[in-house]
Amino acid sequence: MKDLQQDMTKKQHEYWKKNTRLIKVLLVIWALVSLVAAIILAKPLSEVQFFGVPLAFWFAQQGSIIIFLILIFYYAKRMDKLDEEYDVQEVILTKKKTKDKGVST
Amino acid sequence: MSVESLTLTLVVLTFAIYLYIGWRSKVKDTSNFFVAGNDIPAVANGAAIAADWMSAASFISMAGLISFLGYDGTIYLMGWTGGYVLLALLLAPYLRKFGRYTVPDFIGDRYYSNGARAVAAIATIFISLTYVAGQMRGVGIVFSRYLQVDIVFGVLIGMAIVAFFAVLGGMKGITWTQVVQYTILIVAFLIPAIAISFKLTGNPVPQLALTFSDIAKELSVLQVELGLKEYLAPFQNMSALNVFAVTLALMIGTAGLPHVIIRFYTVKNVRAARWSAGWALLFIALLYTTAPAIGVFAKYNLINSFNDQPINEVRETAWVTKWEETGLLTLDDKNGDGVLTFSSNESANEVTIDRDIIVLSTPEVAGLAPIVIALVAAGGLAAALSTASGLLLAMSSAVSHDIYFRIYRPNASEEQRLKVGRLMIFLAVLVAGYFGINPPGFVGEVVAFAFGLAAASLFPAILLGIFDRRMNREGAIWGISVGLAFTVVMILLMRSPQIFGTETPVLDSFFGINAQGVGVVGALLNFIISFIVSRRTAAPPEEIQQMVEDIRVPKVMDKTG
Repeated sequence: MKDLQQDMTKKQHEYWKKNTRLIKVLLVIWALVSLVAAIILAKPLSEVQFFGVPLAFWFAQQGSIIIFLILIFYYAKRMDKLDEEYDVQEVILTKKKTKDKGVST
Repeated sequence: MSVESLTLTLVVLTFAIYLYIGWRSKVKDTSNFFVAGNDIPAVANGAAIAADWMSAASFISMAGLISFLGYDGTIYLMGWTGGYVLLALLLAPYLRKFGRYTVPDFIGDRYYSNGARAVAAIATIFISLTYVAGQMRGVGIVFSRYLQVDIVFGVLIGMAIVAFFAVLGGMKGITWTQVVQYTILIVAFLIPAIAISFKLTGNPVPQLALTFSDIAKELSVLQVELGLKEYLAPFQNMSALNVFAVTLALMIGTAGLPHVIIRFYTVKNVRAARWSAGWALLFIALLYTTAPAIGVFAKYNLINSFNDQPINEVRETAWVTKWEETGLLTLDDKNGDGVLTFSSNESANEVTIDRDIIVLSTPEVAGLAPIVIALVAAGGLAAALSTASGLLLAMSSAVSHDIYFRIYRPNASEEQRLKVGRLMIFLAVLVAGYFGINPPGFVGEVVAFAFGLAAASLFPAILLGIFDRRMNREGAIWGISVGLAFTVVMILLMRSPQIFGTETPVLDSFFGINAQGVGVVGALLNFIISFIVSRRTAAPPEEIQQMVEDIRVPKVMDKTG
């Protein structure tokens, strides 16, 4: 019993660690395509052409938003997988939530 | 049918739909009233968030605002979308797992303090109130512009509609109405955009047309020739530091806005919360990636229609006459040569364009059928009403749930709570309507407040509450207080002419950061103070630490074996 509990806690921490690592990577990309590409490096990237517009401008008014979108969907997808792997996905009850879950499952 | 009767028909029709949905979604308990019974599918919640988020200002003014800011318009484009990444990765899933009704619920429980709860509730009410005043005004303006109805009467109609479905259906009624409102507003926004894009570039997809055609470059050159600012070059209207600070402040502020956060409580589970953040941004991005294209195309088109053209010929165009009458467009042949000239010099400039005209005139400029103009009016109303209703719910739940039930009367019955909830939302409608009819002079200025306060107070407290197990009551309260006080004082000092009526601002900027961006500094202070104070005071109680562990996983692993 005690061993099992510790094992579970350890697994839970592992899950959390993987989650935060993923978040960190995605947030670095988030900052790179917005704050860095469109603001900090705006001047040099304005010299680079991206089809009809300067690359910096494209990041500032189109690209960053599109990449934000990809980041969120990617995260949702990866976390679905991680939930499954660690068997923490929720049991969807037909009605009502969390508090009485322990009893009803 | 004339444009006006078409508009009237369409507006009445959409309002009838909203009322019908409100009637269908009547609720009988607080769970349905505050969080729609946790029963909203992820995609629908995404659409509701998008409608909640995109206000009359996003719909009518943003494309125009960007077209005047050029490159620097990115502060709004990235600022108001980037926050969703923060929401999706850092807040939404965990708050959904926590699974209560409001933001103060989380702050109060996590920091085991009714003081913190009260502060969070007051911040929620203030943030939502500053926002909602502008929405009600927006309803009145759309009515007066399209249907020649008095603004006051327009606001009253809007109030009646919102009151009906919000009081009756609470969050459930609001959510399903918002799904419909999103559909109307996005269709109304995209049709003129596609038309003008096709007209100018032959490509019907505005996003692709902007990237792959030369219009943006031509506009940039044209603007330089006219002595205006280069459109595609960064930092022509704001310093790089301010673009950075404002963008970041809007991102963090977005993630801390209570009326957006509470929407994530309405979905079934943690998984749905993650996905609905993605759907929300997809629906928002449809408008936010189109707006910069409209900005470029419409401005290019306007400059070409007016510059170096004989004033008498220009005036013969029907839409020019119409918008000149509204005062949004002013043509004035100052040098009397019969030809219109743009100029950066105020005394020589002969064409003055209000930024709202960029979106409002697009259907006519692109030569679209009157039904599209009517649709734009209905879209503007949908945008204003949906945002207003979301804000009203956030406000009323802070009063009725957090202050009345959680602090003042913890043993109130379900019935009493529901009654107070309905009463509060009704009162909130009245207050919002009052501000819509008598807008305080500084309405535009207080938006900076809403984002600054959300960034400096709520966002850091929620984030630390999830990711820092050791964060305690003392740290959070000190952090929120210092962040809040700093930001409020800074904005008051920098916006003193609008708020107190002083000649010049008491303070120009905080080391170069303006009022819109100063929330970032407030947030940073909040983080630092929280950390230092929490490490020098006692750790949070064991059950709170356990709660933090619990919200980190969608389902608590079965520890009893």
